[in-house]
Amino acid sequence: MRRVLIIGATSAIAQATARLLAADGDALFLAARDRERLQSVADDLRVRYQVQTETSVLDVTDYTAHEGLVDQVTTTLGGLDTVLIAHGTLPDQKACQLSSGETRREIEVNALSVISLLTPLANHFEQQGHGTLAVISSVAGDRGRQSNYVYGCAKAAVTVFLGGLRNRLHSAGVQVLTIKPGFVDTPMTREFRKGALWASPEKIAEGIHRAIVKRKDVVYLPGFWRLVMRMIREIPEPVFKRLNL
Amino acid sequence: MKKYYQSWGRYPRAEQEVVRLWSRHDPFPLDRIDGKTALPRGNGRSYGDSCLNDGGMLIDVRGLDRLIDFDPETGILRCEAGVLLADILKFAVPQGWFVPATPGTRLITVGGAIANDVHGKAHHQDGTFGRHVRCFELLRSDGSRYLCTPQENSDWYRATIGGLGLTGLILWAEIALKRIGSPYIDSETVKCTNLDEFFSVSADSDQDYEYTVAWLDCTARGPRLGRALFSRGNHVNTVPDKLPRIPGRRLSVPIEPPITLVNSLSLRAFNKLYYARQREHRRREIVHYEPFFYPLDAILEWNRIYGPRGFFQYQCVLPGNDGRSAVREVLERITASGEGSFLAVMKIFGDLDSPGILSFPQSGVTLAIDFPNRGRRTLSLLDQLDEVVRAAGGRVYPAKDARMSAESFDHYYPQWRELLPYTDPILSSSFWRRVTGVAA
Ligand SMILES: Cc1cc2nc3c(=O)[nH]c(=O)nc-3n(C[C@H](O)[C@H](O)[C@H](O)COP(=O)(O)OP(=O)(O)OC[C@H]3O[C@@H](n4cnc5c(N)ncnc54)[C@H](O)[C@@H]3O)c2cc1C
Ligand SMILES: NC(=O)c1ccc[n+]([C@@H]2O[C@H](COP(=O)([O-])OP(=O)(O)OC[C@H]3O[C@@H](n4cnc5c(N)ncnc54)[C@H](OP(=O)(O)O)[C@@H]3O)[C@@H](O)[C@H]2O)c1
Repeated sequence: MRRVLIIGATSAIAQATARLLAADGDALFLAARDRERLQSVADDLRVRYQVQTETSVLDVTDYTAHEGLVDQVTTTLGGLDTVLIAHGTLPDQKACQLSSGETRREIEVNALSVISLLTPLANHFEQQGHGTLAVISSVAGDRGRQSNYVYGCAKAAVTVFLGGLRNRLHSAGVQVLTIKPGFVDTPMTREFRKGALWASPEKIAEGIHRAIVKRKDVVYLPGFWRLVMRMIREIPEPVFKRLNL
Repeated sequence: MKKYYQSWGRYPRAEQEVVRLWSRHDPFPLDRIDGKTALPRGNGRSYGDSCLNDGGMLIDVRGLDRLIDFDPETGILRCEAGVLLADILKFAVPQGWFVPATPGTRLITVGGAIANDVHGKAHHQDGTFGRHVRCFELLRSDGSRYLCTPQENSDWYRATIGGLGLTGLILWAEIALKRIGSPYIDSETVKCTNLDEFFSVSADSDQDYEYTVAWLDCTARGPRLGRALFSRGNHVNTVPDKLPRIPGRRLSVPIEPPITLVNSLSLRAFNKLYYARQREHRRREIVHYEPFFYPLDAILEWNRIYGPRGFFQYQCVLPGNDGRSAVREVLERITASGEGSFLAVMKIFGDLDSPGILSFPQSGVTLAIDFPNRGRRTLSLLDQLDEVVRAAGGRVYPAKDARMSAESFDHYYPQWRELLPYTDPILSSSFWRRVTGVAA
């Protein structure tokens, strides 16, 4: 049994992952900003799997709450073995181009809040000498594209931060998992046309669960994105800058 | 947002935009429907066009998939409307509870089960699914919410059960599950050499068996007309010592063949073999509930075998004593046509009332038969069947229908206008426009 903290627990991908963890018998501490929906997610897990589910309302940009979170979780669950950070927003790229305020807000939710949360969490895990820090980044962080580079830049920051953290915590025996999903059919992408490249949150959750169990470092989900992104990264900048991506 | 959603029969084709709902606390997505009509959408296991809304929107509610509360003492479950019966079984069976009135697939949503007031092998004892629904919440496009029970807002309750998704969005429901002793079924398959035998075995079984249904050989003619394998069973109360195999990995039909694989040759061969496979007159065995209730769920996307033109299912009920001669006539017409398919089932419904205004089941015998779509040939056969069913005072099941005429619908469900005060002004379906002539 793991004792798991999920931040952004009402996210579709997080919910699907929580079910797989609860099916393993894990105890869950769920944090999200919408009280009603957070409660409905917690009830589902408790009724379905008869596991311990605790909740705490959290807006991730409320930084004063970050430091105390570890204590809050370890006291209620009796410890903390695994963390999944799943919150995020998909910026309106055009709106960001017109407003630096909008751009800063998006970077804040998608990058700064994550980095701030990871700071006390990393220290906790380093000290206890075991555990898993799993964070959802994105394939979008692998290269800047005109259609989505504010989001991409925030995810790139998270990816690089996690790379450094993994390097630092490896000797402490802590797993740091960078999760890079491709297109996923969730509320975040409700306005998009869905095609063959799209995956369900359940499918992504299976990949996350597997990666946690197998103590992976970086996963692309579904796996074919690793190849796609490698090709995209290989395109020379003089060519890339001319593409409509 | 545009997505190609089909119905299970893959006929007719329809195009619609899809809006997904993710939380029961979300408002009605009126802002994203912009002036079109919309239709709630469950898991798309309806065969015809009652889950399609050509030219309009679908509101996909499968994201409402949370369990809300469960009392393991009383078996009362509250869950969101997009929860699949399969999910309920997964968590409830180990605790000794089962889905009442379960249909022949567990891959349907609770909302879909209510909106078609579905029935199953237990109809003669348990009635329809709606009878086990204690309450639900309905969200209308004007934002109003109704808590519906047999007592409170009982008119909305009756309109929404079997209401074809037209009265509003069902957000969640409370269902009384059924107590079981184990996941296993003590089942018996009895060979019936003709229709009369089917009726007599059925009459003998109704009292002692909670589950009954017959697989019908719709190629057998003359003295063998209506020959069938009659299956009946009860839940086993104690877990057997030697456990039967639980079905493992699922098969799937990976591609769509260019033409239907079901033709009169393959059909005759299959039906002969299937019927002959059982040598003895009766075979008794303990089986897991999955193959007993949901044999087709073991083959994912089996609907593809009918090729790109899709297929029809025709399900009718023929009431009372006239039932027998009408069934004979229906079967004669089918065998004479050489159409029909592997999937043909027959069952006697009980006389328990169905709660919905438009619920399909009524006391009598029901027949459900698949037909590959061969265009006009198939359509005219089905029209002929309608004549027989109409003359016998029966009805055809909307959940399976893609072609009945407005006139036939009016015959089968003369009460349909009672639904009109409860239909939501935004909601409509391809089926509803077709059978009522109500414009989009
Ligand atoms: C292999 C197989 C076997 C079957 N066996 C049986 C059987 O034995 N008995 C039987 O009765 N049926 C049977 N069916 C039919 C099936 O049970 C019904 O068509 C069922 O209603 C499908 O549910 P769904 O979730 O797929 O809903 P859909 O097919 O997507 O929708 C069905 C209807 O429900 C409405 N709806 C769905 N969700 C909501 C909601 N939240 N609020 C309001 N309206 C909603 C839709 O608008 C539509 O009118 C079978 C189907 C298959 C494929
Ligand atoms: N969907 C994709 O295609 C895709 C692809 C790659 C990566 N991802 C990443 O996957 C993760 C999960 O997203 P999803 O696809 O599951 O979408 P989702 O269901 O929309 O989840 C996003 C979650 O983030 C929460 N959130 C946003 N701002 C918050 C804040 N300030 N405080 C607390 N919570 C906040 C949202 O809460 P509310 O519900 O209360 O708004 C929501 O629960 C995100 O990190 C996303 O960037 C998604």
